[in-house]
This record gives sequence, structure tokens and C-alpha cells, in this order.
Amino acid sequence: MKAHYKTFVVTACTLLILGFGLLYSTRKTLNVSAAASGGITGTIKLDGTPPHQKPIDMSKEPNCAKEHASSPVTTETVIVGPKGGLKWVVVYISEGLDAATASQVPPVKPTWDQKGCQYIPHVMALDVNQHFEVSNSDPHSHNIHPLPKPNGANHEWNRSQPPGTPPFDQVWAGEEIAIPVKCNIHPWMHGYMAVVKGPTAVSDDNGSYTISNLPPGNYTVTAWQETYGAQSQKVTVAAGKPATADFTYKAK
Amino acid sequence: MNCLKPIRFAGAILFTAILGAVFAAVFAATASAQDVPDLGPKPHLVIKPMESHIGNVTGHAAAAKSDYRRYCAGCHGDYGDSNGENAVWLDPKPRDFTIATFKCRSTLTGTLPTDEDLFNTIARGLTNSNMPVWSTFTKQQRADLVAYIKIFSPRWEKEKAGEPIKIPAEPPVSMESISHGKALFTKLECWKCHGPHGEGDGPSAATLTDSKDNPIRPYNFAAGKGDSRFKCGDTNQDIYKIFMTGLDGTPMPSFADVIQPNDAWDLVHFLRTLQVNRHSKENEVLSAAHGVIPPYVDKNPPPAAAPPADNKPPGGAN
Repeated sequence: MKAHYKTFVVTACTLLILGFGLLYSTRKTLNVSAAASGGITGTIKLDGTPPHQKPIDMSKEPNCAKEHASSPVTTETVIVGPKGGLKWVVVYISEGLDAATASQVPPVKPTWDQKGCQYIPHVMALDVNQHFEVSNSDPHSHNIHPLPKPNGANHEWNRSQPPGTPPFDQVWAGEEIAIPVKCNIHPWMHGYMAVVKGPTAVSDDNGSYTISNLPPGNYTVTAWQETYGAQSQKVTVAAGKPATADFTYKAK
Repeated sequence: MNCLKPIRFAGAILFTAILGAVFAAVFAATASAQDVPDLGPKPHLVIKPMESHIGNVTGHAAAAKSDYRRYCAGCHGDYGDSNGENAVWLDPKPRDFTIATFKCRSTLTGTLPTDEDLFNTIARGLTNSNMPVWSTFTKQQRADLVAYIKIFSPRWEKEKAGEPIKIPAEPPVSMESISHGKALFTKLECWKCHGPHGEGDGPSAATLTDSKDNPIRPYNFAAGKGDSRFKCGDTNQDIYKIFMTGLDGTPMPSFADVIQPNDAWDLVHFLRTLQVNRHSKENEVLSAAHGVIPPYVDKNPPPAAAPPADNKPPGGAN
């Protein structure tokens, strides 16, 4: 009985030590991976009164007019949240990326959806050669017509997507901020695809963004907004804790 | 001596003022000289050694230099940028070769056309525009001009032309084919721009613009008499190509991913019936049936739900 008790205590202690050891080692490896990649976080604000966003008359597309009957959709050239945060701003690293980070293409495949005669999302950030899907959730046709700058790496195309057709896959071959996308059938539909190498982010309803997976270093971070354009600042990213870079646009 | 001081002072001021005025005048002259358009010799145009291959004919850009300057530059411009001296008076605008976007292609949307595509466009001319028929040129002259067009955009050095789409043999014209084509015209919403009767008066027609933001009209199938033509050719194969590859630079999208090859022929047959004044096999079949297209009955209906009632053109097609 006593011998059994001894064995139990010894096994329990060994297990405990092993357990704590394992916990400690994983904590250490977690710390190491967090140290290897930092990030940038911040808020984009608008200083002043935003331009009036006009309600869109969708009566030419009865499906969409019905869908938005209770709350009409407005234009989205400047969208400001309750605390002055600016939505749909693309934030990217314009200088300082090492080759390895710049060439990394995120393994996710974002969707560019057409729903209620709007692009969801209105602004999408993509990496060069990152695949994305174009889908149509509406019960009617759209044509997707991106208009990149002539003679760059990207070329204009125009494809029809009737209801019920499967999503199709696309990529952009070169950096471009930003490619306007339109639907000729519904002239109010506007969106942008920002194609840029390296980690990116698009600001949310509060104007906040977080760029992650960025190795420590000195960077120039640039914000781009469809009406107000681009602005940049220098940021030093340290290991572990994300650096902060806030931007303020002046309302014109 | 002291009394001269103010005079001397005034003199100094006057001298400075004159000097300032002279400097300002010189500065203004140089500034306005920069604002005036350059009337001197234009920058040298490099004629890159581009080639074209049409069957057994090889075109060379250098050989087309004088033909281009004599027959094309008036509208398309010396630099191929569509800024020829006649361009301001034209609608639609002449093609801008510097962006290498072309309407009439046998290749998929977003790709460069084949040499044959450009060659055929030159020979055929573009109906409803100021681009005339250049069938008076020899095959060699046209091939040389195709090569010349390529000097204006770097795309021709970096990229190959797209693969031409495969077109299956045309099935015989029948009422069943026309009726299915009509169902596709409704389902694919061709009528949103072209109108329920193909008269170019659909609900979205008024707001259409091309990729340079110039207003553009959708094709009116019913206009014209027996000679009513399409911009990109007038055979049934040409119509097939037009909607399958789309007309790049315009609102007309590509339907290559959404129409099955044989269904596309049915749509071609229906589109011919919209050309009400034109003699065609399709219109013969239609008049034999007293102008009535029966509703299409799908023998193998897909499991998908029917489109909502709102999705039909006002008044119905044809």
C-alpha cells in the first residue's frame, strides 16, 4: 500500500513538472513568435464636416429599391463614424518592407460581392497575385468592369455575371492604388480595389485599422482615401507590441 | 551735402524698382513661353520594329509609316493617342492606340486582339462611326498598318495576343433555337441596355459611358435597313464573338463564362430577328411562323429556382 502511494506521488510529481515544463516552453515559443512579428494599429479621423452623401435612387432596379426601401443607400465617397472615424481607408506599407515580407501573398481568398446593387466591400485591399472571388448575390445581372490605369501591369476587363452563376476567380498582376470598379448597368455602383505588396488593412466603421504580421523595423505607412488621397508617416515597429500611427484628414 | 541725401535715396529706390520690373518682365516672358503650346518640331517618334502575321503575309511597322501619316494620323494622331486634328469633331472618338484596348476581338476580355482581328477591322471599317472601309489597301499594306499600331503601346512588347475563343459549328436556324435565344436575351438581361425589342432603349441605356467617360449608346438592332451592320463584322460568327468576348473599353461585357457554346448560337439566331428590316434566314423562319416566337420550354430544367418576377423586361422581348 505504502509502495503504491510512493509510486503515485512520484508519478504525480513527474507529471506536474512535465506539465509545467511544457506550459513554460509553449509560452516561450509563443513569446518568440510574437516577437518576430509586430504590427501597426491606429485610427483615421476626419477633421471637419464630411461632404453630404447623396441618397441613391435605385428605382431602375426594382429588386434593389425594394431591398433598401427602409433605409436608402447613400454614396460612399466619405463615410464617417459617430466618433469622427473615417471608414474605407486603405493603410499599407509604402517603404521599408523587406523582400520576404513584401513577396508574401496572404493565403486567404477575399470575396468581392454584389449585393443590393452595392459592392461588398466598397473598398478591398489585395496583394499582388492574391486570388479573389467575384460573386453576385442579387437576383439580377451585374457587369463587373474594373478600370486600371492604361499601360500598367493590370488591364481593363468587363464580365457579365447573371444571377445564379458561380463566383469567378481573378488576380491583379501589379501594384495599383486604387483600381476603380464599376457596373455599367447600375451606374451608381462604385468600388475600389487597392493592390499593394505586403501587409495591408482597411479601416472599419470606427476608422480603426490593424496591420499585423510586420517584422520589427522602420517603415513609412501610407493611408489612402478615395476622395482625399494619400498621406504618409514614419513608424518604428518594435517586437511584440504594435506601434501606433493615427491619421487625420481635413474635410474639403 | 546733407540735402542731397534724400535725392540719392530716391534714386536708389527708383533703380531697384526698375531692376525689379525688368526681372519681373523677363520672368513673366519665360513663364508665358512655357504656357504656350510647343510649336517647334514634335518629339521624335520611335518606330519600333513591330511585326504582324496574317496568314503568309508578314507586316512591318516601318513600311506603314507613310500610309499611317497619310490615312490614319488625321484622326488617330501622329502618336496614336486619338488626338488627330479631326478627332474633336468625331463621335465615337477614334481608337487610342496608346492604351491598346480594342473592341473587336476574338480573344477574351482584358487580352490583346490577334493580328487577324486588327487586320479585319481595318478592312471592314467600323459602321456607325467615322472609320471607313479600307479594303482598297493591299493585304500587305493592311498587315503593315497592323504592325504600326503596335508601336504605340508597350503592351505589345510585353504580352502575346489572347487565345481566340473556340466557336462550334453553327446549328441550323429553327424556331426552337430562336425561342431559346429569346429566353437567354431575357435571362441574361441584354434588354437592360439594348431594350426589350433591341432598339437600344433599355432602362440603363441613358447613363452608359465608355472607359474614357464619353457617353455611348447601346446597339440598336432595329435601326437601318437591309444593310444594318455590326461594328465588329456582320456574319453570324461575328455576332457570336461580339457578345462572348465583349467590347473592351465599352460597357458591353463578356459573356464567355456564362453562355454555353451551343446556347450562344441560339442567342445569335434570336438577335438576327431583332434586325427587323434585314433579310435573314432567321427572319424567314420567323415570318413563316407569322412573327410569333413561342415561349421556350426547357426539356431539362435546372434545379435552380425561377428568377423573380421583377426580373422581366417591361413589355417582354419582341
